[in-house]
Amino acid sequence: MNNNMKLNLKLKIWRQSSAKSVGSFVDYKVSVSPDASFLEMLDEINNELEKNNQDPIVFESDCREGICGTCGLVINGEPHGPLRKVATCQLHMRNFKDGQTIWVEPFRAKAFPVIKDLAVDRSAFDKIIQAGGYISVNTGGVPDANSIPIAKDIASEAFDSAACIGCGACVAACKNSSAMLFVSAKVTQFALLPQGQPERQQRVEAMVAKMDEFGFGSCSNTYACEAECPKGISVRNIARLNHEYLSAKVKSTNVEV
Amino acid sequence: MGILNSKVPAGPIESKWTNHKFNMKLVNPSNKRKYDIIVVGTGLAGASAAATLGELGYKVKAFSFHDSPRRAHSIAAQGGINASKNYQNDGDSTFRLFYDTIKGGDFRSREANVYRLAEVSGNIIDQCVAQGVPFAREYGGLLDNRSFGGAQVSRTFYARGQTGQQLLLGAYSALSRQIGKGAVEMYNRREMLDLVVVDGQARGIVVRNLLTGEIEKYSAHAVVLATGGYANIFYLSTNAMNSNATAIWRAHKKGAYFANPCYTQIHPTCLPLHGDSQSKLTLMSESLRNDGRVWVPKKKDDNRSSNQIPEEERDYYLERKYPSYGNLSPRDISSRSAKEVCDEGRGVNGGEAVYLDFADAIKRLGKKSIEEKYGNLFDMYQNITGENPYEVPMKIYPAPHYVMGGLWVDYNLMSTVPGLFVLGEANFSDHGANRLGASALMQGLADGYFVIPYTIGDYLATNKFSAVSTNHDEFKKSEDGVKEQVKKLLSIKGKMTVDEIHKKLGRLMWNKVGMARNEKGLKEVIGEIKELREEFWKNVNVVGKADDLNQTLERAGRVADYLELGELMATDALKRNESCGGHFREEYQTEEGEAKRDDENYRYVAAWEYENAGKWNLNKEQLEFEFLHLAQRSYK
Repeated sequence: MNNNMKLNLKLKIWRQSSAKSVGSFVDYKVSVSPDASFLEMLDEINNELEKNNQDPIVFESDCREGICGTCGLVINGEPHGPLRKVATCQLHMRNFKDGQTIWVEPFRAKAFPVIKDLAVDRSAFDKIIQAGGYISVNTGGVPDANSIPIAKDIASEAFDSAACIGCGACVAACKNSSAMLFVSAKVTQFALLPQGQPERQQRVEAMVAKMDEFGFGSCSNTYACEAECPKGISVRNIARLNHEYLSAKVKSTNVEV
Repeated sequence: MGILNSKVPAGPIESKWTNHKFNMKLVNPSNKRKYDIIVVGTGLAGASAAATLGELGYKVKAFSFHDSPRRAHSIAAQGGINASKNYQNDGDSTFRLFYDTIKGGDFRSREANVYRLAEVSGNIIDQCVAQGVPFAREYGGLLDNRSFGGAQVSRTFYARGQTGQQLLLGAYSALSRQIGKGAVEMYNRREMLDLVVVDGQARGIVVRNLLTGEIEKYSAHAVVLATGGYANIFYLSTNAMNSNATAIWRAHKKGAYFANPCYTQIHPTCLPLHGDSQSKLTLMSESLRNDGRVWVPKKKDDNRSSNQIPEEERDYYLERKYPSYGNLSPRDISSRSAKEVCDEGRGVNGGEAVYLDFADAIKRLGKKSIEEKYGNLFDMYQNITGENPYEVPMKIYPAPHYVMGGLWVDYNLMSTVPGLFVLGEANFSDHGANRLGASALMQGLADGYFVIPYTIGDYLATNKFSAVSTNHDEFKKSEDGVKEQVKKLLSIKGKMTVDEIHKKLGRLMWNKVGMARNEKGLKEVIGEIKELREEFWKNVNVVGKADDLNQTLERAGRVADYLELGELMATDALKRNESCGGHFREEYQTEEGEAKRDDENYRYVAAWEYENAGKWNLNKEQLEFEFLHLAQRSYK
């Protein structure tokens, strides 16, 4: 890539030294190849900052293939940036225009406190899974895999839900900071499969209770979560979650008023 | 030079594991809670081990440098997991999977371990299905399979192009269940920086809390490392940004031998380089080679675009050279062939790339069917390159992907430090000099679900343990050492960034310890790595503080270890005067340019013992092939 094809960009990046300190946007200028990824652009800025003995911008990423769910930035107001169905790490600079100003912020939600700069704490998601996002089987003593036939379309639908990468973009996109897309994807995966039936009722109750405990908001059907989800998880999962939750509550002995 | 005892049980290969399971001592259920086990790393191997040990009743502490176990790099495995279920009725069996894996590894792995791997492979699929892993299925509701390199049967189970993700989420959910129950204590965002050995036994670890910078100590009766591989030593690899060698390297310096460090897998189907700022290389699953055809122009420096090159001017070199395996030839062979044609100047536009073409498959099966099988991979390709692979062929080139080398372990997966067990990619045990596709997931889960739960019990039941707390002198010594290194790194304040030095090391490794190696280059590179290491310790600039989230400091510690490991990889490659699997020494090749093994002199595992910086002693484990005949690998 020759130099005169580089993009010159202005960046306004959120810097916040700790959870308790007050953050603000800081301006950076960068000249970057259109073939570079968004995170590679940040790598370049960080390399320059380090050369000048300045603290680099803290942001998280790992696989850089859009599957681990570690990365996640709000770029020009959108979680994971302007493209549909891609994670931040898969966003490439060719999607921006020369001279453009780009605002970069962390995912913002009460349940996702900022750790430093662009890194946030999403451990609430783990806690929700620990409350019931599993099938209770120990290792060993399980039946042969082909003894549980599952229709191809059901398996495929379960897969669509299971594809969630736990990045939290759904929460960041939602004006209520609702985690219902994340929770509903896991609930749906197991509700569709025969293996998930024995614990179907307890699972949804336990996961929803944990979700509420962390202060995630409710769903008010704006579908922003689906629009920003890098894996295209459908809001139909939320409809199923509501159905599952209602059916469970009707039958539940764990009645609250 | 010592000779290592692999502790392989006697008897016919089919009954070794069964007999061994019976002969091993058990820990009484009510005594299990008296044993503390530390598991470092919570990818496929670590999460499955921690979950299973928790289920059994041990007190488990699990550690990960990620914010959640679900982020581990196992998640990025795309294509699938092998198992000898023979659901396709195409002639598969435990013995055939065993044979294919030994042959694929170019007869440089331990027979008994590989047989056990094949033996438990079916149980893994059963376990994952029971956990709700949504594998691909046929219309009748039964599980579907596909083929992978180095096999002539269809034994690969898959979940679209996201098999690793689904398997990891299965293990993660099993682990989460144990965390929820309190059987496993999970320590996220901790990086292991030292192993603590007391009276010759592994008794704990020292970690850095990545959020606060605090150095923390944890003691246990046994330590399990499942911390993955070190392909990031090349700087550009398909590994995740944070994958690193530090945990196994620090354990190596505490007495664990490092086996076959030079066996590196260069994966044939990755996206070519695009520029200087590139941070990693992206893998395109090998499963694409089921339907994609690999070719280059017959002419040198052919600058025409792919659709202007007529059929008769294309060289489908894998199909030509290896007619029986064709595009599904094993990884080492496919990678080397790609390098060969590019070195001849026949790469795409004369550069370092070859075509992976789906035009025939789309014509034969229809676009919809291809989309169903590989949709997410095609989307990923288009995202990164801006080109549509349904219309133009993909461009691919080999990249470092996996390491077969790792800490030496015996049949029980125990290292040379008693009480230190090593699982998954972090050990050396099952793949010899080359791993077959879809076998990493199999090995990680075999080790974690079905091997360690038995062998660790035997170790705990047959050894005596003194009471060791984290106040013990050895813990204090480790802690001081770790703090000293952090202080030193922060105080150098030189001119080069950590990444600049890492990139330099990566280039050295790729050029001289990469796809092809020779004596001259290896001798040179050992000196160059030493120089770079000196430069690092004089001239690196690590900004920030010790007691804070400091990603530069994290990377600096990892690069410091790579600068030592790189030297060992080159030393090992230089010592091994033969070619085998992923280790290709240019001096040792057949007339057709294939790897030429020297079974008489090199049929051993090289296990290196650390003496001090830049000095190792070689120990050997002789490999005996009792059940298979040594043969030159042929995929023609």
